[in-house]
Amino acid sequence: MAIFSVYVVNKAGGLIYQLDSYAPRAEAEKTFSYPLDLLLKLHDERVLVAFGQRDGIRVGHAVLAINGMDVNGKYTADGKEILEYLSNPANYPVSIRFGRPRLTSNEKLMLASMFHSLFAIGSQLSPEQGSSGIEMLETDTFKLHCFQTLTGIKFVVLADPRQAGIDSLLRKIYEIYSDFALKNPFYSLEMPIRCELFDQNLKLALEVAEKAGTFGPGS
Amino acid sequence: MSHPARRKPEYHKINKDLFVLTYGALVAQLCKDYEKDEDVNKYLDKMGYGIGTRLVEDFLARSCVRRCHSYSEIIDIIAQVAFKMYLGITPSVTCNNLSRNEFSLILDKNPLVEFVEELPAGRSSLCYCNLLCGILRGALEMVHLAADVTFLQDRLKGDSVTEIGITFLKKLDEKKYRRKK
Repeated sequence: MAIFSVYVVNKAGGLIYQLDSYAPRAEAEKTFSYPLDLLLKLHDERVLVAFGQRDGIRVGHAVLAINGMDVNGKYTADGKEILEYLSNPANYPVSIRFGRPRLTSNEKLMLASMFHSLFAIGSQLSPEQGSSGIEMLETDTFKLHCFQTLTGIKFVVLADPRQAGIDSLLRKIYEIYSDFALKNPFYSLEMPIRCELFDQNLKLALEVAEKAGTFGPGS
Repeated sequence: MSHPARRKPEYHKINKDLFVLTYGALVAQLCKDYEKDEDVNKYLDKMGYGIGTRLVEDFLARSCVRRCHSYSEIIDIIAQVAFKMYLGITPSVTCNNLSRNEFSLILDKNPLVEFVEELPAGRSSLCYCNLLCGILRGALEMVHLAADVTFLQDRLKGDSVTEIGITFLKKLDEKKYRRKK
């Protein structure tokens, strides 16, 4: 999947919509017997691998599921503490799924408002007056594209660095927002978008963008 | 003036009469609900405001207009692009005030009043198309421009033309940073 996520940020910097569309890349599920040869530690309400990288399980990966059931932060689905559970030999053999920890929705909210501030700083740092804010942020694994409308709403797309046509995709998302979110009479402006049609059409647009690579004038 | 959207805009057509009749039914019902003309005008303006705040994004998404740097540019875009896109008419623009923030749009054709002959007795200060004023006010506010929009002249009230006056008030400050408009 070349387009990883879409974020929509309102005028005040609050996240009003978020979509992750990447398939989880590195996830590994293995059955273990006592004693566990990985060193686990608790960090930020999650159980992470601190040492003992092997077989696709890397340092920094979090425990995602135990015996097929998704964990809840540092507790198992049954409410027991993971570290305690795994230190008890009676619970073995156990099957644990490790993977890159996903961002929680609170973290996403925080990152969105941080980006909103950085966007503003971007336009202030400019030597020219009337500059736009941050339009693209590039790293070695993804490119973040941002489009701010004249009304202050920001559409942010994280995509593969080689993916082309993100500009047209951003304009297309703006159209979809103006159609399915704004024209819904029960949607209040600046509030989180919970419109089915918006979701569906957005996913469709992402698929088209990935396949076509670009929205040409003929499409 | 920038060109229309890179993709051909999809306009789903509906019957104009249906739209005009719907608007007429709206005004007629408001007249039944409220005795005073000022109340009807006020509620039309309020409804228009709600429409304008949403319609502006649709307009900006479809028309790809660039950021404007003066009030006269904005008025030109409203008259030549926005009115054309939504009502199919192109009002003419005049500037009323030397300090360049009072403008008028003169509508020679107004599709909304196609079937209205004259205002009913006792409703002489009704602004039939006040929804348009609300729409313009709401749309301008979403792009951080406070404006006063009223009907200066109205054919339905006996004037020779229909004139919408737009007065730009001070620019609304965006909280964290100022963008040049």
